[in-house]
Amino acid sequence: MTVQTMPALPMAAAAKPKPLLTKADLSIVDRLTGWNLGIAIGALTIGLALGVLQGLEHAGIDLYPSLTPVLKSYYQGLTIHGVLNALIWTTFFICGFFTFSIVRSLNRPLRYPWINVLALVIMSVGLLMAAFPLLTNMATVLYTFYPPLQAHWTFYLGLTLVIVGSWTVGYGFYFTYWAWRKENPGVRTPFIALASLITMVLWQICTLGVAVEILGFLLPWSLGWIAGTDPLLDRSLFWFFGHPLVYFWLLPAYVSWYGMLPAQTNGKMFSEPLARLVFWLFLLFSTPVGFHHQYTDPGIPQGWKFLHMILTYGVGFPSLITAFTVVASLEVGARARGGKGWLRWITKLNWGDPSYAAQNLAMILFIFGGIGGLSNASYSVNLAIHNTTWIPGHFHLTVGSATTLTFFGISYWLIPKLSGKRLFSKGLALAQAWTWFFGMLLFSNGYHVLGLEYGAPRRTMLGVVPYATPAWTPFLMETVVGVGLLFLSATLFFAVTFGTVLLGRKLTEPIEMPVAEPLDPKPSPAWLDTWAPWLYGSLALIILSYGPMFFQLFYNMQLLWPGKQVWPR
Amino acid sequence: MSEPIAVEESNLPDLHVDWYEATWMRLSVIMMVIFLLAVIAASTAFGIQVPGAFRRIKPDEVMAKGSPFADPGLRELAPGKYEAYIRAATWSFTPNEIHVPVGSTVTFYVTSLDVQHGFKIMDTNINMMILPGQISTLTAHFDKPGTYNLICHEYCGAASPTYGHQTMYGQIFVEEKPKASS
Repeated sequence: MTVQTMPALPMAAAAKPKPLLTKADLSIVDRLTGWNLGIAIGALTIGLALGVLQGLEHAGIDLYPSLTPVLKSYYQGLTIHGVLNALIWTTFFICGFFTFSIVRSLNRPLRYPWINVLALVIMSVGLLMAAFPLLTNMATVLYTFYPPLQAHWTFYLGLTLVIVGSWTVGYGFYFTYWAWRKENPGVRTPFIALASLITMVLWQICTLGVAVEILGFLLPWSLGWIAGTDPLLDRSLFWFFGHPLVYFWLLPAYVSWYGMLPAQTNGKMFSEPLARLVFWLFLLFSTPVGFHHQYTDPGIPQGWKFLHMILTYGVGFPSLITAFTVVASLEVGARARGGKGWLRWITKLNWGDPSYAAQNLAMILFIFGGIGGLSNASYSVNLAIHNTTWIPGHFHLTVGSATTLTFFGISYWLIPKLSGKRLFSKGLALAQAWTWFFGMLLFSNGYHVLGLEYGAPRRTMLGVVPYATPAWTPFLMETVVGVGLLFLSATLFFAVTFGTVLLGRKLTEPIEMPVAEPLDPKPSPAWLDTWAPWLYGSLALIILSYGPMFFQLFYNMQLLWPGKQVWPR
Repeated sequence: MSEPIAVEESNLPDLHVDWYEATWMRLSVIMMVIFLLAVIAASTAFGIQVPGAFRRIKPDEVMAKGSPFADPGLRELAPGKYEAYIRAATWSFTPNEIHVPVGSTVTFYVTSLDVQHGFKIMDTNINMMILPGQISTLTAHFDKPGTYNLICHEYCGAASPTYGHQTMYGQIFVEEKPKASS
């Protein structure tokens, strides 16, 4: 396969000579990306299969007893479903995608490729280590692992290694960016590279919470070095990480929606500087919002919860900008393709391309996910739906659709690019995107209604609960039909993926990363390419919104509660 | 809002923002402010409160002599005013049945003996996490007679498909005629 140079970026003219991106450099990057994607898709395969078993349980068909030698209970399956889909599939895919996108966007080789190779090794060792207790029923604690439920220590250490590995991926990027910056003084960082880097820095900051939780408390506690732990402190540290985690899932999709997708439908970035502002605002507001997951917790005064609600509205703002700006970028493309009228242009978008269609459908589902998210964030409104099925209904629209369906879309150009093979079947890939769209629509609608109207609890074997009423049945069945469509969709995704890699015909013309040009070629102002104010602002907001409460939680810490392994053995 | 983006121009020097885009951003901010006011109204004028910091409790205090959680249940404070102490443990609430007359105001105090649990009373604004080491409290007013399910909504383990988190619930009977608690 020949390697073509990237289309020149508007500001590249000012750049000084810099290290050329050789075939060997690209080969390392592409292999790293390929391995990350391979592991991500492997994890997803198992995770989605277990999702089907959960769906069947809701229809009153519990298949877990027949799987007894392998899986002991619904809750073990649910734990594996959550860990593999929400933590492993996302983190590995994102690390692989960013390795590809940052090198292509900066048009510069990785400064120290060995750092990124080492990172992949650390993450893989962590995954294997965590897989052991998950599969042997020694960590049936769900993916939030709230203590005093206590998993085997290998679960905590494995998760730590996955996170430390993902930090290391970031360090590889930071050295590369640093080198690029020195070689290109005064040049604006290309949007895709900047947005990817901001996402990695956000991840670096927020994972400190879960790192302290695991290394400071849960790991020594599971090893028996300390006798007890403090559930409220651990929960608060978890949610310091838990909300920015959702932006770590979402922002890579935004990178694609802003920086790549317009180019896949003949469009341009409607306002490139605002897209940068959006990412900086996410860096600023993503972390100091975690108490909105703890509105119903005891031990945290209402005032702090209220402050975090206001900041959560702050982090909703960049997503509202995105709703306008990304759609405007796509509209530019549709009109260039002959689209007319107020809304008729929508039909002229590049719907025939599965990569495009999947991502556009992901955006439509995210509209509902975003509206639901704003309701969840709204303080007392949260009482109506906290810990009901509304919540998994909500996040299957966000991480399960906005993120996952977008990643499927990205795979439809990235896997052919990496493998040098043509996409196995455009028709099957399109069918995959649409079945996911309708499957998720039905599944999440059923879950939303069950949660809001009937208070059905999340993370529960709804097929056997004694308090279910006949009124639940139609909505449970709606979710089961949704799960059926999702199962079909997942099967199609794996067929297309494996078909492409194993059976695809050789590419006739090379594929390059789609890069959307800005509509207005004027470079964005310097303050949108400067790290210091945004980083300091982010740290200041974290200290103000979390500092006093964490001081109090640590000051009053009581490590008194022993671990419990209260799940079916 | 017919003027093109004067605010943005002065706040964000040399950043060009399209008029429609700027309008959308302003409308977004206005919408958030309306939501904020609505939430403030709900928690002040309508008194819908989320739980706050009440009291901590140590493992050996829960069942100690004299602890209200050692002998949990309903207590009448004044006519129509009650407090209910409820203990959550794998996999039941103690007590799991409460009888109150219509029109009662009940303040719930709940803690856990072992792992994290949930506490949601259907058709009310009561929704709390129950953490070991903390006492959760909220107050509900029962205006309509009927049976209200009280459900554990946080995963707390299980022994089998027929006994575990999925079967952990209780009921509150709001009755026409006053009756003592069970």
